[in-house]
Amino acid sequence: MSDNNIITFDKVNKWYGNNFHVLRDIDLQVKTGERIVVCGPSGSGKSTLIRCINRLEEHQQGRLVVDGVELSDDVRAIDDVRKKVGMVFQQFNLFPHLTVLENLTLSPMWVGKVPKKEAEEKAMQQLERVRIANQANKYPLQLSGGQQQRVAIARALCLKPKIMLFDEPTSALDPEMIKEVLDVMIEMASQGITMLCVTHEMGFAKAVADRVIFMDQGQIVEQNNPHDFFNNPQSDRSRDFLSKILGH
Amino acid sequence: MTATVFQPIAARSAPVKTEGPVAWIRSNLFGDVRTAFGTVCIVLVLLALVPRLLNWGLVNAVWAKDYDACHAAAGVGACWGVVSEKFRIIIFGRDPFEEQWRPLVAAAALLGLLVVSCMRAFWRPALGLLWAVVLAFFFTVMYGGVLGLGRVETDRWGGLPLTLLLSSLSMTMAFPIALLVALGRRSMLPAIRSVCTVYVELIRGVPLISVLFMASFMFPLLMPQGFSIDVLVRVLAGITLFAAAYMAEVIRGGLQAVPKGQIEAAATLGLSYWQTQRKIVLPQALAMVVPGVMNNFISTFKDTSLVTIVSLYELTGAMSLALNSDSNWRPFKIEGYLFIALIYFVFCFSMSRYSIWIEKQVNKSRLR
Repeated sequence: MSDNNIITFDKVNKWYGNNFHVLRDIDLQVKTGERIVVCGPSGSGKSTLIRCINRLEEHQQGRLVVDGVELSDDVRAIDDVRKKVGMVFQQFNLFPHLTVLENLTLSPMWVGKVPKKEAEEKAMQQLERVRIANQANKYPLQLSGGQQQRVAIARALCLKPKIMLFDEPTSALDPEMIKEVLDVMIEMASQGITMLCVTHEMGFAKAVADRVIFMDQGQIVEQNNPHDFFNNPQSDRSRDFLSKILGH
Repeated sequence: MTATVFQPIAARSAPVKTEGPVAWIRSNLFGDVRTAFGTVCIVLVLLALVPRLLNWGLVNAVWAKDYDACHAAAGVGACWGVVSEKFRIIIFGRDPFEEQWRPLVAAAALLGLLVVSCMRAFWRPALGLLWAVVLAFFFTVMYGGVLGLGRVETDRWGGLPLTLLLSSLSMTMAFPIALLVALGRRSMLPAIRSVCTVYVELIRGVPLISVLFMASFMFPLLMPQGFSIDVLVRVLAGITLFAAAYMAEVIRGGLQAVPKGQIEAAATLGLSYWQTQRKIVLPQALAMVVPGVMNNFISTFKDTSLVTIVSLYELTGAMSLALNSDSNWRPFKIEGYLFIALIYFVFCFSMSRYSIWIEKQVNKSRLR
């Protein structure tokens, strides 16, 4: 295990209930600053994989180390990891009763104990970055889906995470809004943050990913750089998958 | 290319009148045959009933405090004189007659406190202090024993002041208990979860009357000799625990309705359990259950009338007390009940209007 691995999965197994084996012997090393796209058919365990990294799901076997901290039942370890890992969800999960600005300042003020004024200044910088600063005082439900997802990205960035997890960030968006979110993500990718993104946006994968991971039935079936993965898939299952999503 | 010739289309006939009372009646009361039939039936029933009610309540009614006239009008006219004759006992119960300014002042202070607490401008930490001051004032004035005021034992308190005290205190205490119990029923710790579940199921399994009986008669039997808690406090605790169990379930309904993603998002932002509940879950859950909680408040307000059975004469009890003790006026109970029904209605209706305003306040973020 080399020192510049920020995330290490070592024979990680997870079951839902007693018999649904959702992650099988996952071995994965992610280097600091690496940008990874995880894809695979529905139910293949890709969301579960990244949700284990910030312990939204717990694994039952194996070791999972995130930035030097091993995830276990220890609550302090979980808190520690969550401070370093930001996450963006398919359904945005903005807090509908708070304004956009309050969504962004909530955690810095209550967890980071940053004074309100400073938290608001930092939040406005993040909103500028995702080009939505003029909506700061609106409520999330007053925004379009694409705008909401950009706010969600800004909210995660407010914590200055070392790692960003994206769980199908564009799947709930109307087609014309996907680009504005991907543009923000591409810009983030250029700034050296470690990214793991579950997505079916193969254009995004080609543009920014260092590595594409293909999962099926709880296993990592194939991983490769995007060029080779798309042009020369090794396994039958990934060939089949690619033909389905690129075929039309 | 042929030139297009201007061809005016035939003018349409003017629309039937769509505004004003006539149009409203036509579309809403006589829209189709069934509606028209229903309208006619209801109008006939009203025509038969309303004049009789007006004759009884207004035209033939006796307004003077004259029970001979009332007896003469029995059956054809209401006797509102009973209210003016007995209102001091109805409103203040068994509180000593010559010192009834005391419950009056105390009730006015409590009512003022409740009104102030409902106004947004006063929602600040100092409101808690105001509650403490007003409650201390209420108990001092009612109980006496200091400042030259004669002592009035709590079992002589009655009427509207008692109703207001029981309902406002039980509501304000039941709410935080209900919050904790609702959170407890969703706790990950089995011990907390079972304690809360047992509490809710036990309380829901018995009627309020039996809770009051236990608080009033059984509880003292279980206490060591010479140790006693005031009956008012015991009854207050009973109503509070009863209301809290029901309210807890209403609030739990709201908690269940907050999407799991909200809690996950809060977790990824590093919020602790209590921060998540306080900042994310409860604001959304409570906004959803305003109608249900207000339902609880209104029924608690009316349930306080049950304390009569343990010899505390709040509004309803004081009414019976006032009329049962006087054979001259006893036949006019129905007028007395209508009077206190009016008082209850004013309070309950204000509460439901207030709840509509609250709903608008908490749902501002949902407006587009």
